[in-house]
Amino acid sequence: MEYVVELLNIGKSFPGIRANDDITLCLRKGEIHALLGENGAGKSTLMSILFGLYQPDEGKIRVRGTEVQIDNPNIANELGIGMVHQHFKLVHNFTVTENIVLGIEPHKGITVDLKQASRKIRDLSAQYGLNVDPDAKIEDISVGMQQRVEILKMLYRNAEVLIFDEPTAVLTPQEILDLLDIMRNLIKDGKSIILITHKLREIKAIADRCTVIRLGKFIGTVDVKDTDEERMAEMMIGRRISFDIHKKPLEPGRTMLKIDNLTVLNSRKVPALKNFSIELKAGEILGIAGVEGNGQSELVEALTGLRKVESGTILLDGKDITAMTIRERIENGIAHIPEDRQRRGLVLDYTIEENLILEKHRRLPFSKNGFLNHKAIREHADEVISAFDVRSSNGPVTMARTMSGGNQQKAIIGREFDLNPEVLIAVQPTRGLDVGSIVYIHRRIVEQRDAGKAVLLVSLELDEILDLSDRIAVVNHGELVGIVDAKSTNEKEVGLMMTGIRAHERSSSNGNGGSNK
Amino acid sequence: MWSVIVNIFPYAVAFAMPLLITSLGGLFSERSGVVNIGLEGLMVVGGFASALFTVAFYPSLGTGAIWLSLIVAMAAGALFSLLHAFASINLNANQVISGTAINMMAGALTIFLARTITGSGNVQLRMGLPRFDVPGLVHIPVIGRLIFRQTYGTTWLIIGILALSAFVLYKTAFGLRLRACGEHPHAADAAGINVYRIRYIGVLISGAMSGLGGATILVTYSGEFSGSVAGMGFLALAALIFGQWKPLGVLGATFFFGFAATLANSSQAEPALKAIPEVVLKVFPYVVTLLALVFFSKSTQAPRASGEPYEKGKR
Amino acid sequence: MRLQVNKDFIVGLSSVFLGLVAGAIFMAFTGNNPFEGYNYLFAGGLMNLERFGNTLAMATPLILTGLSVAFAFRTGMFNIGTPGQVIIGGLAATIVGLTLNIPKPLLLSLMTLAALLGGAVWGIVPGLLKAKFNVHEVVSGIMMNWIAYWITYYLVPSYFKGSFETESRHITQAASLKAEWLTGLFKGSYINLGIFIALVCVVIISIILKHTVLGYQLKAVGFNRHAAEYSGINVNRNIVLAMMIAGALSGLGGQTLYTGYASSIQIGVMPSQGFDGIAVALLGATSPVGVVGAAFFFGILQSGKGFMNAMTDIPSEIGDTIIACIIYFAATSVLIRNFFDGNLFRSKKGGK
Repeated sequence: MEYVVELLNIGKSFPGIRANDDITLCLRKGEIHALLGENGAGKSTLMSILFGLYQPDEGKIRVRGTEVQIDNPNIANELGIGMVHQHFKLVHNFTVTENIVLGIEPHKGITVDLKQASRKIRDLSAQYGLNVDPDAKIEDISVGMQQRVEILKMLYRNAEVLIFDEPTAVLTPQEILDLLDIMRNLIKDGKSIILITHKLREIKAIADRCTVIRLGKFIGTVDVKDTDEERMAEMMIGRRISFDIHKKPLEPGRTMLKIDNLTVLNSRKVPALKNFSIELKAGEILGIAGVEGNGQSELVEALTGLRKVESGTILLDGKDITAMTIRERIENGIAHIPEDRQRRGLVLDYTIEENLILEKHRRLPFSKNGFLNHKAIREHADEVISAFDVRSSNGPVTMARTMSGGNQQKAIIGREFDLNPEVLIAVQPTRGLDVGSIVYIHRRIVEQRDAGKAVLLVSLELDEILDLSDRIAVVNHGELVGIVDAKSTNEKEVGLMMTGIRAHERSSSNGNGGSNK
Repeated sequence: MWSVIVNIFPYAVAFAMPLLITSLGGLFSERSGVVNIGLEGLMVVGGFASALFTVAFYPSLGTGAIWLSLIVAMAAGALFSLLHAFASINLNANQVISGTAINMMAGALTIFLARTITGSGNVQLRMGLPRFDVPGLVHIPVIGRLIFRQTYGTTWLIIGILALSAFVLYKTAFGLRLRACGEHPHAADAAGINVYRIRYIGVLISGAMSGLGGATILVTYSGEFSGSVAGMGFLALAALIFGQWKPLGVLGATFFFGFAATLANSSQAEPALKAIPEVVLKVFPYVVTLLALVFFSKSTQAPRASGEPYEKGKR
Repeated sequence: MRLQVNKDFIVGLSSVFLGLVAGAIFMAFTGNNPFEGYNYLFAGGLMNLERFGNTLAMATPLILTGLSVAFAFRTGMFNIGTPGQVIIGGLAATIVGLTLNIPKPLLLSLMTLAALLGGAVWGIVPGLLKAKFNVHEVVSGIMMNWIAYWITYYLVPSYFKGSFETESRHITQAASLKAEWLTGLFKGSYINLGIFIALVCVVIISIILKHTVLGYQLKAVGFNRHAAEYSGINVNRNIVLAMMIAGALSGLGGQTLYTGYASSIQIGVMPSQGFDGIAVALLGATSPVGVVGAAFFFGILQSGKGFMNAMTDIPSEIGDTIIACIIYFAATSVLIRNFFDGNLFRSKKGGK
């Protein structure tokens, strides 16, 4: 059995981090090989080395039996290796064609022959069933189509080895099935695929073999059909983790948040949320499920005051807060764990203790008559750090920038919970974190709910929504598709709703029929 | 009214051209991803180089010396801009500060060298480029007298460079890659493009063009090097924003500024304008720039990655 | 925090050193002996009590403009409009000084108020334009500089003309920041009460930055305006406030320049103390104390360059050239930092 790509004993270090430590991955021709590891395990680094974005410190690479040096992506392309990146590398105001030919532009004299390229792309797209319009601008097409543009980039360069970096993070369940079909087509055509992922279910669905890495180290390569999900999880994490989350039985209190007919415009002045109405009660977790970009961000921004509301009202425990400033909303009991912890959640160049009083600095005891009370600020930081297990190199005077993602998030959660809010809005609270932190944060969120707080959970991870929520509301294209009870639903049903198909439309007794897309 | 326009048109053009070429230089730099605040200093350097060269070689080469000095100015500007390129691209320095340092260095260094070489901080040029009517075209009714009368050779040179620039930017592979580096350098990098090299070229082009701009001021309407271009470099930046980083937009913006400024200077000749207090006319270009910025900064089409140092490691 | 301060100090010192080396190269290029040149340069600034007083007097406006730029930097704003603020602040003070005929303490207080207001107004414009319309503060700052320049150019000869076309009437002793006892102490130099004003401002700004809610908010906005917004801080208000304060500081600098060091205001001159403030702020690592040190150093350069020019024939522009080089080196300090990180300081994260 011939190996088309061999990564042998690869080592790579960055300042302060050993990203890859003696890792070996061998890809057979015609196989789909999964690369499994937690967030931060070193998967993307390894593949970036294969794609020529980084050079390894130790180890060697063989392609089709010959040892090679891959100094830059051009060489990787020449060797037939292509990569579909997790964060798309597409220029937003270029067309699909311009993006694909960037770097290998076809010429007609000294000008670029875009027409010729366009034709070739149309043909390729039809050949693999990708359905992409070569003349559309990237900023105008859907995320799923953007990903297919990334795939086309590789096919245009005659890639034989295709690397997919966490491709399903941004897709609906239906689009994920489409992608798996596309992958099977590619294999049939003689390509070989490396799939970087941390989703065990997908590995079981499509991969032949799987290499597991943990904290930069190589753990093992297994045959997928002979290995179950629990075993792969154990290899990935290194220990058995209890994923059980015990929730008290649901005892919903009064309505804390009443959102009535809310319409919100996005940055391009297009309605991102349309006539959205929902209620959140004390003591419950309401999950908002949906594919990225369907209005969730705008909903949260409208609730927290970061974005103006076009029409509709928001009532917080009966009080109309629609026109209130961000500060007023915080004073009235809204806490927000933001989706981007480094952009919104923390001032990275401030210390932990300075970050922990971000919303409270105007109040006693932290300040009086405009002057800060450093002692009170320090004591407060000590309390939160110990209550929320926030680990850092220097305690309260650590610069937030030097903390790990998990500890940064714990600090934010500590800060927000310490506000003792009535309504907690948590957006992607465990994005990019290791499993240990994820479980910890989930437990703390459930604690808040058990203590009678109202929790609005917005997440792109369906598992998280299903595990934590009492009720699940699904949004699609800015509209509320439906609300279901978490205990009585499943991933398939919610997945369908995420594409716009309302629950009741599936039953034949309802005569309306027709799906909303 | 029309006669006023016809009379001041050549002056407006003369004012606008150095602005245009400098702004075009800024366009290349910013489109590649590097903000170049130092256009002002680069103009000074170009003017200085042109002045020295012309004074030295006019006796032997005549008007040819003036034309050659333009090339010298471009070379000097490009060379000086290397400082900014190195700081911004290799060292990831704050591009605004680096540009400011360029401005200050240019101002101080050129006067220092002028004093050392000629004994005075000012360099007077007793000769400049001649003005001429474009044969044939000047007889076209209406616009002939407007556009083709009493023009400078540099005007046509600069218009030519503008056309060439638009072509390169939108029709060639280099232009596509340059724009990609300014919008999404990681995408360019993944496509195998050397982002550092392209940004260097962008900055060097801005240096060369700004140098030409400074020299043009000298050989057309100023005639004297004095170590400063009175904010023209910043007006060029404003024109870039006003023109939304597109060559045609920049053309429109600089012409607008040209007229605004010339209106002020020609107040002496035009009775209609005599009534307005001189100070109003003098600050008019700057106030107009502020207003233009207010209108045009909100809906910005600035290259997305402009001003951010490019680091390979970040994803 | 301690390690940080030391590192900034070393970097600042290195930038100065490299700037002086660059200056030496230029001096040699013009056929002069750099050691001789620097000898006269520093002697010219420090040699005797009178010269020392002049150095302090030269440093005074620089402390204020340096403070102005440093303060604005903390909020993420680049205050390049300092020359305009210096002019308008100085103009306002001069006008008050020439118009009112009241006892010195009251007059000086009113002049200070005028300088603060004038500078604040001139600083608020780029701040407002940035906050409300996202106008790049560098371009708007430069525009304001030239508007201030031309306003003064026409206003002064029309209403306050002095014995020359190019300057205003001289202010009286009552309006000047010069004080007899101080001038006597320093043997007749230009030193004036401005130095005390400047040092008081340094203390006030220090306190604001370290101990007040305002300082906390301004720094948060400067470091990460998105997080500041998210937490309820009013970003726009802080930007405008910061520029107002920065403008006021530069305006004060104008007062110390035109009614302290000098006793009239010149037209047709863009005060070099404006842009030099940027160099001072950068060199002082935008810390108030660093600003004082840097300003003093520049004071030496500015007051010594005339003496150097007299004793050798090195053009006095060398002073400005050295300053510009220092800024360049301070801006590119990454190299210097890396150099020292490898040799002197062990990085906490333990490189390998």
